[in-house]
This record gives sequence, C-alpha cells and structure tokens, in this order.
Amino acid sequence: MSGATTVIETAEVAAQTSKRTIVGYGFWMFLLSDFIMFAAIFAAYAVLSGATAGGPVAADVIHLNIAAVETVCLLMSSFTCGLASLAANLRKPVWTQTALTVTGVLGGAFLALEVREFAGMVALGAGPQRSAFLSAFFTLVGCHGLHVSAGLMWLGTMMAQIYAKGFRPDIMRRLLCFSLFWHALDIIWVAVLTVVYLQGAGS
Amino acid sequence: MSTEASPGDADRAHAVNALRSYGVGLVLAAGLTLASFWVLHTQLLWGPGTGVALAVLAVAQMGVHLVFFLHITTGPDNTNNVLALAFGVLIVTILVAGSLWIMTNLNHHHPQIPATYLHSLPYDSHPLAAAPRPKY
Repeated sequence: MSGATTVIETAEVAAQTSKRTIVGYGFWMFLLSDFIMFAAIFAAYAVLSGATAGGPVAADVIHLNIAAVETVCLLMSSFTCGLASLAANLRKPVWTQTALTVTGVLGGAFLALEVREFAGMVALGAGPQRSAFLSAFFTLVGCHGLHVSAGLMWLGTMMAQIYAKGFRPDIMRRLLCFSLFWHALDIIWVAVLTVVYLQGAGS
Repeated sequence: MSTEASPGDADRAHAVNALRSYGVGLVLAAGLTLASFWVLHTQLLWGPGTGVALAVLAVAQMGVHLVFFLHITTGPDNTNNVLALAFGVLIVTILVAGSLWIMTNLNHHHPQIPATYLHSLPYDSHPLAAAPRPKY
C-alpha cells in the first residue's frame, strides 16, 4: 500500500521536475536569443563609436562614478534575487517578498540613475540625434534600460502572484524564469560597463 | 529524480550550498569589477594593453555570473544548457567580430573626407554626389 503511494509520488515529482526543467530550458533559449540581439547592438556601437561628427566623444559624456554606483546596484540586486529564489525554494513567504522588494528597490535606483544620466546628456545637446556615436550609445544603453524596466514590472507581478497564489508549481516556474531574466540583465550590464563606460573613459 | 537540471536552479536540496554559491558569486563578481576599475586607473599597465585586460576581466565576470547566479555548470545534468550556451556564444562571436572586421575593412578602403571640408560645401556639391559611379 505505502509502496504504491511512494511510486505515484515519485512519478509526480519526476513529472513536476521535468516540466520545470523544460520551462527553464525554453526560457534559457529566449535569453540566448536576447544575447544575440544585444550582440548586434554591441556590434553597431563598436562600429559607430568613433563616428562623433565633431560632437562629444565617449569620455566627454560618461561619468564613471555614476556607472560604478549603477554597477553596485545591479550586482547587489542580482544577489538579492538569488536570495529570493532560495527563500521561495524553502517556502518562506516573508523572506521571499523581502528579498524581492530589495531587488526591486535596487533595480529602481539603477533605472533612476540612468534616466538622470540620459536627461543630463540631452540637456547638454548630446542627445541621440547629435551623432552616430550617440545614436548607438542611446540604443545600446537604452535597450538595456528597457529590459530593466520590463524586469521591474515583472518583479511587481511576481510579488503579487506569490502573495495571492502562494508557492504553486506554476508560480515557482515563473519565479525561476524571472530570476534567470534578472541575472541575465546583469551579464549584459557587465558588457555595457566594459565596452561603453570603461573603454570609453580610457580612450 | 530528473537527470536534467534547469538553468537557474541552485542546489535545491541543500539551501546552505545554494546560499554559498550566491555568496561566492557576489564576492568574485565584485572583485572582478574592482579589478576592471583598477586596470583603468593604474599606471602599472602598458597603455594599449588596458583594453585587452578589460575584455578578459569582463569575460571572466560573465563566466562567474553564469556559473554562480544562473547555475550553468559543466555537470552531467547540465549538458543541454551548456550546448545551447556554446551555440549562443558562437553566433555572438561571429556577429560582433564579423561586423567589426567588415566595417574596418570598408573604412580602410574608403577615402575619408574631413568633416570640416564637408561642412564648408553646400549639400549638392558633395564631391561624391557628382562623381561618376565606379565600375565594379
């Protein structure tokens, strides 16, 4: 009797694990295609970074200290997002929501800094229409910023769903995809920081 | 138990292992970022080598993120994830290196017109507009 129950439970666990693996793998495919889209934008930036049309060069418009603070925000938010997955796996609602809130606040701080930076550049006449370099700059950095904005909206939705529906298997799969998305944003930011900010300030 | 691991899944059975993974990742990533800023400001490195050093540090940090945050590892349960990643890296490399190669080559074979000269002329009198099309 108990042996039969164990077999059924094992089968259920296997089916559940398999679904989670398939969803995670599918989302991993999406993320890789997103990386390829970013690669195209990075290639455009690398090709156009010297085409300043007599306007400002990278070193004139970027502020490394702002980029450093943005980096700290995103890296810490990636860490707290990992803590949120951990707390969710342990079925701790309060810790999950707390970690997700911290993730959201750090992501929001990153976005606020970026919007301020963009507004400052446009006010100085260094908007995207000034040169091919600046068009590529706003496309690349702005596209990453749009991803962070989308991530923040997803984060809010996840917090509401965990609150309303609890740690159901489907909610846990969505949380897995969200954490993959958020960690992937940090990987893209490492490339943006290096190619745009560090290389730009050094040239 | 399934023999396949999903990307993003830390050691779900042992929370302490998972926590350690995120902690190690955070420390390594922070260290590599600090190293990048140090490389930029130090006088110890040969100038033209700075770009290479920054690229190497960035690639290393992406690896740290993949292993410790996304949990893409070389374990036997991760083969599919790693293969997909390898294909993605191949496409990204071809896209970026190919674009740079082709565009640098085109720039090299195309006469550069000084911006000051272009701006001194009315739009229609651009020398390239009047020139006969070369035969290829």
